[in-house]
Amino acid sequence: MKKIRIGAGAGFSGDRIEPAVELAEKGHLDFLVFECLAERTIALSQLRKREDPDAGFDPLLSERMHAVLPACRHNEVRVVSNMGAANPRAAARVTAEIARSLGLHGLRVGCIEGDDVLHLKDAFRPFDDEPLPDHTKIISANAYLGADALAEVLDRGADVVLTGRVADPSLFLGVLIHAFGWQKEWWDLMSQGTAVGHLLECAGQLTGGYFADPGYKDVPDLDRLGFPLAEVSEDGSALLTKVEDSGGLITMQTCREQILYEVLNPSSYITPDVIADFTEIRFEQQTPGAMRVSGAKGRPRPRDYKVSIGMDDGLIAEGQISYAGPGTLARAELARQILEKRLAQIGAEDLRIDLIGLSSMHGMPADWPAPYEVRLRAAARFMHEMDAKRLTHEVESLYLNGPAAGAGVTFAVRENIAIVPALIARELVTPRISIEVA
Amino acid sequence: MKLRTVAHARAGDKGNLVNISVFAYRDEDYAMLVERVTEERVNELFRELITGPVTRYCVPNLCGLNFVLQRRSTDSVTRSLRLDAHGKSLSSLMLSLEI
Repeated sequence: MKKIRIGAGAGFSGDRIEPAVELAEKGHLDFLVFECLAERTIALSQLRKREDPDAGFDPLLSERMHAVLPACRHNEVRVVSNMGAANPRAAARVTAEIARSLGLHGLRVGCIEGDDVLHLKDAFRPFDDEPLPDHTKIISANAYLGADALAEVLDRGADVVLTGRVADPSLFLGVLIHAFGWQKEWWDLMSQGTAVGHLLECAGQLTGGYFADPGYKDVPDLDRLGFPLAEVSEDGSALLTKVEDSGGLITMQTCREQILYEVLNPSSYITPDVIADFTEIRFEQQTPGAMRVSGAKGRPRPRDYKVSIGMDDGLIAEGQISYAGPGTLARAELARQILEKRLAQIGAEDLRIDLIGLSSMHGMPADWPAPYEVRLRAAARFMHEMDAKRLTHEVESLYLNGPAAGAGVTFAVRENIAIVPALIARELVTPRISIEVA
Repeated sequence: MKLRTVAHARAGDKGNLVNISVFAYRDEDYAMLVERVTEERVNELFRELITGPVTRYCVPNLCGLNFVLQRRSTDSVTRSLRLDAHGKSLSSLMLSLEI
């Protein structure tokens, strides 16, 4: 049976680069996929593109391509990534330039556009019960494209493909559709390929990242965590493993945690390609460090594309100050009261004051010993910068005007872009593909 | 006994929804999880952090339970003022459940 090997080179925009190089050099791969595009990242990228038509792709694109392209070319590994973000065309152009500068002439760099649906605002429909944002506040809108356009650009011979918003698992499924010639109505295979993609898309989260809990779940050599790869068979089953002697581990436990990561109903995981059902999925240990996955079932894909709308959400101001030693909590509480009174005057929306080290994560725990030190954190949303700065000034003023021995003030004001989901009819969105030769 | 003794967990987010999956370390303990880690118990544990009822999906093929929790609309990942905007730390709260 035909088999291909796909590696996961990144699970987010800022991810480590050397595990991807390790995979390209030692993974015996056919494809290396980089998932780098969080919901909000694309909205921020759209803002950058608006200021500079040649910008708006992943800030680490150049560094990543310089690092992996030589080994990928040498070992005939093809690269797929959503590092195109808001500007896949510019990302492809830059990648082709990098290839030329590395002497990799003839490299075929493809891109997929068409996910930008900002001009189709009037056709958006609400997702679940989420109200659509006011049109004047919409900054960006990108449809989650599926695997089909990616399979097509690979069919045309692209060695590297850069996309914008494509559903994360579709970046892997598109590779499988291309490699095996799967038909898009073969729902169980679409689902099995989606499961493989879902397991790989967060890279290190399958190999022991976001997992270790000393004494309960120990992970070896997290400092040099290896990223996962899947050897996928034509029947959709896959062997999940990583480069031998890299750090981390792949076990029943890491696989179970990752297959349900960010999943709501395990029998209806919805992507643009399929409605995947993971309730019959099976993991089996093949050898130490290699898990076999099979058994995902699928139902026909949804009629609509999901759209990720970036919305202007005003400003978020935040300030922090620490207290330590005897009387820590009493002084932090006094600082909280002062801030609440002072900030009541500026009408902060949604003011939060938390004590880091005690109650900032899960609220106040019952029967917990008083910590030696705590850090007070105040955060609130504002419409105007002047008001936002008053919050940071008030926290800073606690140095001279607050409780004794307040220390280590930090503060920041940032513009916030919120993401609101919506739906759009599939037929209104047309993915466009092109290929540039280095 | 705390849930942490017999199970491991992971939290993920989708907008203002958070999912927390819980898996038995030993497959034979799955039935006990089904019996003891109920929607009611989880709702009680998380009541100050969520709005609306907790939904539990049983996933016997993985010896796991998947809980979906709803936070306020202003507590989505991209809007939340919380330090833990994603809710990534909530799996640890889940494992503190007395069973």
